Amino acid sequence: MNIVVCVKQVPDTGFERKLKPGDGTLDRASVDGLINELDEYAIEEGLRIAEARRETGDDAEVTILSMGPQKAADSIRKALSMGADKAVHLLDDGLAGSDALSTSYALAKVLHQTGFDLVICGSESTDARMGVLAAMLAERLGVPQLSLASKVDIDGSAIRVRRVSDDGYHEVEATLPAVVSVVEKINEPRYPSFKGIMAAKKKPVQTLTLAEAGIDPAAVGLAGASTEVVDFAERPPRQAGVIVKDEGDGGVKVADFLAARKFI
Amino acid sequence: MAEVLVLAEHTGGEVKKVTCELITLARRFGEPAVVWTGPGAQQGQPRCAEFGAARVYVAADAAFDDYVVAPTAALLAQLVTEKAPSLVLVAGTAEGKEVAGRLAVKTNSGLITDAVDLRPADGGDPVAEQSIFGGSTVVHSRVTRGTPIVAMRPNSVPAQAEPGPAELTPVSLTGQADGARITGRVVAERGERPELTEASIVVSGGRGTGGAEGFEIIEKLADAMGAAVGASRAVTDAGWYPHQFQVGQTGKTVSPQLYMAIGISGAIQHRAGMQTSKTIIAVNKDPEAPIFELADFGMVGDLFKVVPQLLDEIGRRSQL
Repeated sequence: MNIVVCVKQVPDTGFERKLKPGDGTLDRASVDGLINELDEYAIEEGLRIAEARRETGDDAEVTILSMGPQKAADSIRKALSMGADKAVHLLDDGLAGSDALSTSYALAKVLHQTGFDLVICGSESTDARMGVLAAMLAERLGVPQLSLASKVDIDGSAIRVRRVSDDGYHEVEATLPAVVSVVEKINEPRYPSFKGIMAAKKKPVQTLTLAEAGIDPAAVGLAGASTEVVDFAERPPRQAGVIVKDEGDGGVKVADFLAARKFI
Repeated sequence: MAEVLVLAEHTGGEVKKVTCELITLARRFGEPAVVWTGPGAQQGQPRCAEFGAARVYVAADAAFDDYVVAPTAALLAQLVTEKAPSLVLVAGTAEGKEVAGRLAVKTNSGLITDAVDLRPADGGDPVAEQSIFGGSTVVHSRVTRGTPIVAMRPNSVPAQAEPGPAELTPVSLTGQADGARITGRVVAERGERPELTEASIVVSGGRGTGGAEGFEIIEKLADAMGAAVGASRAVTDAGWYPHQFQVGQTGKTVSPQLYMAIGISGAIQHRAGMQTSKTIIAVNKDPEAPIFELADFGMVGDLFKVVPQLLDEIGRRSQL
């Protein structure tokens, strides 16, 4: 079974993130990058599915697919140290500034090359937070979309997931190949072991340029973007509110505020 | 005047509030045309009319309820081709964004998600406002290719009534779109409370509640306020409250009229999910908690003293 996990390197959310003056794209250079948190759950799920397959005597391989600048190699290496078998790094200056539409196009091109039985993504990234990539990939690849999964079961070529909905969850089924996106709570991602970190150094990482992946340079990067930033600004800090200490009448004071604003 | 397609969100025939907001918003750009998938259009029609829908395209086929997202995206793509709308609006819910994503691929059009406002620029083209990086930056952007598709964050634009005919117009999906099939639905217990992303008031509890038992006071306050219940990540990670109620970076993003953060310190992870709330009240015993930087009204104190007193006070005032 050929499992491909899509991994995005994102700026650490613990630091201040900014857009670049000029093109309004995310400044990825000034903040440390790390694996998008939800993608760690995707990696873990891929590893678990592969392990379960191997236990029943089947072949299974987990490939990490990442598109991003040179420093995304650190995140790829971390994913390999968790236990993935190999990686593909789509790396080309022409990709800088790609929006979700062109990212899904580029990743789909690479997936056609690698082949796949199962593609797993995190349900959204902490930088753009669009939550659309899995749906776009399913559309481009022409395979079922099993997104927002909090549980995945695979039996032969049948796949069942528990899809989180606004009011609970849906049970969803399809036949492989398919695209899955996972929410947190699906599992507890493992930490790389020392052995895993050492082994990762020897695992193959294939680097692909646009030309090698057969990607039209006009359809990606800033040139291929379908939206543009008109302007941006830091939000002015909220006007300081009233902070009071409870002197035994805290509940009454909160009620007074609520009443003054007509909430009660 | 060109049409603006609005994808309706509804449960059975009950139109969600966000859909009324979107119909209101659509009037800024053209003639609002609601796209209704699945059964219940007859029942939902008066609500669409109340907010000014010119017509309601109804695709009642069961496939829309039975398959994940794909048929709805296919129907919208078909209507984009047939009706040449100037804009497509969807609710910025998880599923709404997925429909929008597939529609963007199908029509090779630009997509903007999580917009908190949408206004016509000088030429009339829509310019969206987004609040990014946990609310620290405000961005205006526009679509430069295809038919603009915008997913609006619920509670961003108030729904304002203005009657329209909302003429029911049957449409059907030509061709097949299926994919992943829904075989079961489980609705989580939330009693009579409003849905988290739709609610005008959200009462959220954090680590300060101390456990599942302590968290019950959050539910009580929510019920007294007619609010939805939210939780911080510390709470859902510890299993004190179900995951789907998590507000924050990896959970739901809410933008209610009033957000009450009870026993929540306000880490960036949490602020990312609630920073665009109109009014924020915080109760926390730590005066240094970052949530107080956002609060319009902050009470430094023990939530187990403040909230019970508040509940009594709400009860007493409602008797007056």
